[in-house]
Amino acid sequence: MPVPVANVETVPAASSGPPLVHARRLTKRFGDFTAVDGIDVDVARGEAFGFLGPNGAGKSSTMRMIGCVSPPTEGTLRILGLDPRTDGPAIRARLGVVPQQDTLDTELSVRENLLIYGRYFGMSRAAVRAKAEELLDFVQLSDRAKDKVEPLSGGMKRRLTIARSLVNDPEMLLLDEPTTGLDPQARHSLWDRLFRLKQRGVTLVLTTHYMDEAEQLCDRLVVMDKGRFAAEGSPRELIATYSTREVLELRFGPDADNNVYADKVHGLVNRVEVLPDRLLLYTDDGDGTAAAVYDRGLRPASTLVRRSTLEDVFLRLTGRTLVD
Amino acid sequence: MTQTIGSATPSSGRNSGTLLARIVPLPGTSARRAGLMVERNVLVYRRAWVLIVSGFFEPLFYLLSIGIGIGALVGTVTVDGMVLDYTVFVAPGLLASSAMNGAVYDSTFNIFFKLKYAKTYDAILSTPMSPGDVAAGEICWALIRGLIYSTTFLGVMLALGLVASPWAILVLPAAVLIGFAFGAVGMAATTYMRGWQDFEFVQLIVLPMFLFATTFFPLSTYPSALQAVVVCTPLYHGVELIRALTTGLVDGSLVVHIGYLVVMGLIGLRIAAGRLEKLLLT
Ligand SMILES: Nc1ncnc2c1ncn2[C@@H]1O[C@H](COP(=O)(O)OP(=O)(O)OP(=O)(O)O)[C@@H](O)[C@H]1O
Ligand SMILES: [Mg+2]
Repeated sequence: MPVPVANVETVPAASSGPPLVHARRLTKRFGDFTAVDGIDVDVARGEAFGFLGPNGAGKSSTMRMIGCVSPPTEGTLRILGLDPRTDGPAIRARLGVVPQQDTLDTELSVRENLLIYGRYFGMSRAAVRAKAEELLDFVQLSDRAKDKVEPLSGGMKRRLTIARSLVNDPEMLLLDEPTTGLDPQARHSLWDRLFRLKQRGVTLVLTTHYMDEAEQLCDRLVVMDKGRFAAEGSPRELIATYSTREVLELRFGPDADNNVYADKVHGLVNRVEVLPDRLLLYTDDGDGTAAAVYDRGLRPASTLVRRSTLEDVFLRLTGRTLVD
Repeated sequence: MTQTIGSATPSSGRNSGTLLARIVPLPGTSARRAGLMVERNVLVYRRAWVLIVSGFFEPLFYLLSIGIGIGALVGTVTVDGMVLDYTVFVAPGLLASSAMNGAVYDSTFNIFFKLKYAKTYDAILSTPMSPGDVAAGEICWALIRGLIYSTTFLGVMLALGLVASPWAILVLPAAVLIGFAFGAVGMAATTYMRGWQDFEFVQLIVLPMFLFATTFFPLSTYPSALQAVVVCTPLYHGVELIRALTTGLVDGSLVVHIGYLVVMGLIGLRIAAGRLEKLLLT
């Protein structure tokens, strides 16, 4: 008998045991409207997995099903190996959730928000008190501990929501647009913290509009559009498959008709995208292509050569930009 | 201790808990977790205790103005052939009404705010807490507040010599029962409200009951057709229950009053938990 060497699966280092998220033909309908349309997804323990997609793609609907606060309409869903329909509370006990909109308890102080949240998980008062101090320190809100939640800035509220999601030492963290509304500095420090959690073995599942966030944080991601997955892979794989090494951006000024210019650069590269304010030329040699554009007598107001990003992948897959 | 009301397995023993579970199945509800909802409210009101104290004065002012002021003009009322001082007659009515008002206020305005604006429950339901825990916990909290008011009011009644019977010892649990019935139904109604304007309907129901459900004058005042209507209202049963206990005019009708309020509360609680689930776990 031949030994099926080719069929030996390579198990990623991260995976040990059953996947923490296992979905088959997972569907969510609201009335006649299908928000999530039969997706298949597995997230292994220790992995950082991202859902990338435009408004209304179905990211939050998926996250809420994974968080066991929204029953699937159809399909199979197993979280931590358990069935949300019957084991919701047991699953939720082991998850940390950062919802898209902050749902902090506005009638309580910053510290009390953490204290009572830990109590909801059945933690003892002593344990939760120690944990609250640690987390306040982690998100740098110790000096606001006694303040009410309402006067905090948007970014501070977001940080408190993230601290709250960690109170029960979750095995898996669900982050729905964790850094929306944060300034660049706060975003980077949050990425840093999420990275540290990941190193401690916490599984991360997140959604985002931001390419850089997905590239920074995710081992693997799916591009989601209209309730379906348009592509799946690591950021690097996706770029290699769906884009070129570099992109040349040409701007011809505010009143230029970009479609006319698209015709004029025709044949220089295999793919040109026409956006309202600029042309994108997909090429493996940006500088060479820019020179060729000049050789044709074109004089764009500005040219920019940059590396391909997930944004380009997304444009390719859906014909739309991610952030409008 | 974790006491599970209405667990998925109905074979958990032949105690009253199981009976309760059969009438009102509240899946996945535990007394311990419902208690955490109370703990949350204690945290909130630790700072806002003035709000709690203020709730006590309203029934007291009524007792002073109507009981003592109007009582001086009216003199006495005759109930079941027994002549009562008007103050003795009206005080239990006010106690029952204030138990109703407190519970309704707590379970409508406060719950609506948390449900629609503060999104308090959305966050809580991503923990192991269930909609049943939230509903039961919130109503429990309303009962605890109500109990504080009833206790003080009963104390005033005792001090003014308005308690005529040792049955009065049962006034506090009876007031809690009234709070439960109205709190649960109030919370159920709140889950159907679309905006603040819908609260006008609450006033439209609560105020006439307060005025006409034998709080201020006995049932015999009404023509018999109207009596039948009054007897159907929940506050009537609450007022008569408390009045029987403070005056000592206790008879078999007590069972009817208690039964009415228990069933009303259980139905309300069931609807409230189901609706929370439907609204929040979509
Ligand atoms: N409770 C609901 N009832 C009806 N429709 C809903 C509900 N929740 C979501 N939808 C619809 O489902 C679709 C997907 O919504 P979802 O919130 O999952 O998108 P999203 O990818 O998270 O978008 P965004 O980036 O804007 O957060 C949208 O068209 C939305 O209107
Ligand atoms: Mg969303």
